[in-house]
Amino acid sequence: MALLSVNDLSISFGGLKAVSNFNMQLHKNDLAGLIGPNGAGKTTVFNMLTGVYLPTSGDIQLDGKSLVGLKPYQINHRGVARTFQNIRLFNDLTVIDNLKIAYHSHARYGLLGAICRLPGFYAGEKEIHEKSMELLKIFKLDHKYDELAKNLPYGEQRRLEIARAMATKPRILLLDEPAAGMNPQETHELMELIRWIRKEFDLTILLIEHDMSLVMGVCEIIYVLDYGQIIAIGTPDEIRNNRRVIEAYLGEEAS
Amino acid sequence: MEVFLQQLINGISLGSIYALIALGYTMVYGIVQLINFAHGDVYMVGAYLGFFATAILGWPFLPALLLSMVVCAILGMVIEKLAYTPLRNAPRIAALITAIGVSLFLEYGMMLLVTPQVRTFPQVLPEVQYKLLGNLVITNRQIIILVVTIALMLLLQYIVHKTKIGKAMRAVSHDKQAAQLMGINVNKTISATFAIGSALAAAAGVLVGIYYNAINPLMGIMPGLKAFVAAVLGGIGIIPGAMTGGFLLGIVEAMVSGYGKSLYRDPVAFVILIIILIVKPAGLFGKNVREKV
Amino acid sequence: MMSMFERKIGRQIGILLVLAAVWGVIDFMIKGGILNPYYELNLILIGINIILAVSLNLINGFNGQFSIGHAGFMAVGAYGAAMITIKAHLPFVIALLVGALLAAICGILVGLPTLRLRGDYLAIATLGFGEIIRGLIVNIDYIGGAYGLSGIPKLANWTWIFWLTVLTVLVIWNFVNSTHGRATISIRENEIAAEAMGINTTKYKVMAFTIGSLFAGLAGGLHAHYFYTIQPNTFNFLKSFDILVMVVLGGQGSITGSIIAAIALTIISASLQKFAALRLVIYALLLIIIMLFRPQGLMGTKEFSLKMFRKKSKDKEGKQHGTAIGQ
Ligand SMILES: Nc1ncnc2c1ncn2[C@@H]1O[C@H](COP(=O)(O)OP(=O)(O)OP(=O)(O)O)[C@@H](O)[C@H]1O
Ligand SMILES: [Mg+2]
Repeated sequence: MALLSVNDLSISFGGLKAVSNFNMQLHKNDLAGLIGPNGAGKTTVFNMLTGVYLPTSGDIQLDGKSLVGLKPYQINHRGVARTFQNIRLFNDLTVIDNLKIAYHSHARYGLLGAICRLPGFYAGEKEIHEKSMELLKIFKLDHKYDELAKNLPYGEQRRLEIARAMATKPRILLLDEPAAGMNPQETHELMELIRWIRKEFDLTILLIEHDMSLVMGVCEIIYVLDYGQIIAIGTPDEIRNNRRVIEAYLGEEAS
Repeated sequence: MEVFLQQLINGISLGSIYALIALGYTMVYGIVQLINFAHGDVYMVGAYLGFFATAILGWPFLPALLLSMVVCAILGMVIEKLAYTPLRNAPRIAALITAIGVSLFLEYGMMLLVTPQVRTFPQVLPEVQYKLLGNLVITNRQIIILVVTIALMLLLQYIVHKTKIGKAMRAVSHDKQAAQLMGINVNKTISATFAIGSALAAAAGVLVGIYYNAINPLMGIMPGLKAFVAAVLGGIGIIPGAMTGGFLLGIVEAMVSGYGKSLYRDPVAFVILIIILIVKPAGLFGKNVREKV
Repeated sequence: MMSMFERKIGRQIGILLVLAAVWGVIDFMIKGGILNPYYELNLILIGINIILAVSLNLINGFNGQFSIGHAGFMAVGAYGAAMITIKAHLPFVIALLVGALLAAICGILVGLPTLRLRGDYLAIATLGFGEIIRGLIVNIDYIGGAYGLSGIPKLANWTWIFWLTVLTVLVIWNFVNSTHGRATISIRENEIAAEAMGINTTKYKVMAFTIGSLFAGLAGGLHAHYFYTIQPNTFNFLKSFDILVMVVLGGQGSITGSIIAAIALTIISASLQKFAALRLVIYALLLIIIMLFRPQGLMGTKEFSLKMFRKKSKDKEGKQHGTAIGQ
């Protein structure tokens, strides 16, 4: 059975049908791509999957349970984490605090423990700190743990956002243009990183990306959206040679 | 029924005042997304200017009204230039706190200048009461308030829809960047908006002086807040909304007082505010928009 | 792990000893008649203002909400506590507790419906609520109506106020420096991201608002039982603005900043007592100038500590090699 199954998902803003009848089946450990020209509705799909927007119709099921109508934080608790196209870090906080916040739902002490500083508080904080440092190491940000997030270079901000999403211990990771603004070298490293975390954390990943070398390089299955509708699904090779896909992209370039 | 009609008349007069002040709130909010807390105090300054012109210079009503409007228009522009322009790209909260600061400054600066004492307006327009049906009464002052208010609203509609500056104002409030690209001078347009809004508030101040006779340096606080409530009620940023909201609020308040619950007048206005904010934050005339992520 | 716990305990005992010494010396001076009653009064006001400023800072500074109705919750606490001692003749502790809890309940009632409003709309809603609370008090004759309530027993004193101020700061400090505090702060930083990272933003907004209101209520109870008479107008929005100025001046998001600002502004307003209008003109200019030139306030979101001075010299070296990355 599919881990995430999306059935006939649609949403309109006023008169505009931003996404219509979107269907998708993600299985455990899939690494899928979602591509399409600007304004195709890719981010809108993410926003529906994570509860930011309420779909006009259709259903999203995780492990057979519907996610529609849940708040974003509840969906995160069910195991779906994401990054944002326009980076949304906690800018004025340190790198490590960005991660610690994401660990919040897994903290092992309560309000009383915090206010009265019971021994459990110190143990809990120690654990959060160590786990956060471990993740930072994986994302090669540990030496910058004490810097403000806003002072990191762009590529590192993107990496920090992924690390932060990972701190919520997701089963499914949604990445919205993770390579945007990165140079080829950084993009290449990111590809390696994405492959590695999928294996290491037994993750299912869906990513939106305009950088075709990245999408074709890491994704095993690709969904192509155009004007809110799926126009093709397939392996990188199939997609590369799909006439409708080429037209959709050429059409965009021609205009 | 008679109480109702009488309070309706009183409510329309009070509502005219709220509407005039609310217009400035709404226009400024529409163009720079700032709750200009100091707006109620501009109205207070307008009342004092009216007092100065009539009581000290001995001017008649209309010239006093004009003087007050012109001076307050300048005051509005000065406030905007000194306090708000530097913060245009700062977080909105910073601008809001500054507005609170400007408000306190005008209130207590005025108090230092003219003492907290309540001043009585001279009888520039001796009151004449006209009997309608039964005991129903309307005064010449109420008529003048309504006439002046309607005249100013028509003038405002003309300015906003028919003049170049009005078109610029609409363009800037719609999309600042685009307006700038189209060659509109955004700074000048914002200045003009403050000037017009402040002039309307000044007119309300003079009218209130004539209607209630008494003015003091803190008189702007409550009407200012209530005019804001009126603007939110109608849908902030929407000019007809502010007019409707102002009249509605004035009438509701007059009814509450008329039916013997005058101490509940202030809380009622705020209860309306909270209900509107919860049920329809965009106001009666507004559309709800959601944030893009 | 236990050693870290013990080290922390050691430091806390040290702080406690310093506080006890401050309290003891001043208490001795008050009881011995060495301290002029005027200074005592100002120490009391400083304590109450610290409670108010630190609790509002939790809402405005740490949580990034914008409340300008804090005096309303203070009023609830003041009237609630006063009713318990006057009408029910219960002990002072219970009165303070009831006052604070009533204020907290009002906080929840206000918070639940309004906290989804953004920034300036929330501000105006809280201001509205403050005025509604005041308007209701004016209309209830049983609690003195517009004339206010007098004959409240003078039960609060230096000891009560000092230790309750310490308690307030401690509770809010511990809250802020925990995972719950980080959750609270994340909402200020980026609400959408916070929610996507699993933070129940509504819960933490209501929580910040409730804790803030609780302590405002406590300050109200102390105020009522020190000044033995209260009036609805004591708690109008000028009072709310007073508290706001302290938070903004000290730095939104800095507890020590609020404490320093509360102390400084209490002293300034005491010395301008005779010139009420002038005091407010100065406050007004202060607000405007801070916003124009130092919108982050004295401390920004940093906390005052002795380490700051040691770090300063290091910072200076760093600055010279500083790059423009991320500016
Ligand atoms: N909150 C909203 N209100 C109105 N329209 C919206 C909203 N969010 C998205 N849209 C519209 O939906 C369409 C799809 O937008 P979306 O951001 O999903 O595109 P995208 O595929 O992510 O594009 P890009 O590659 O540029 O990021 C666009 O026309 C956009 O303007
Ligand atoms: Mg997108």
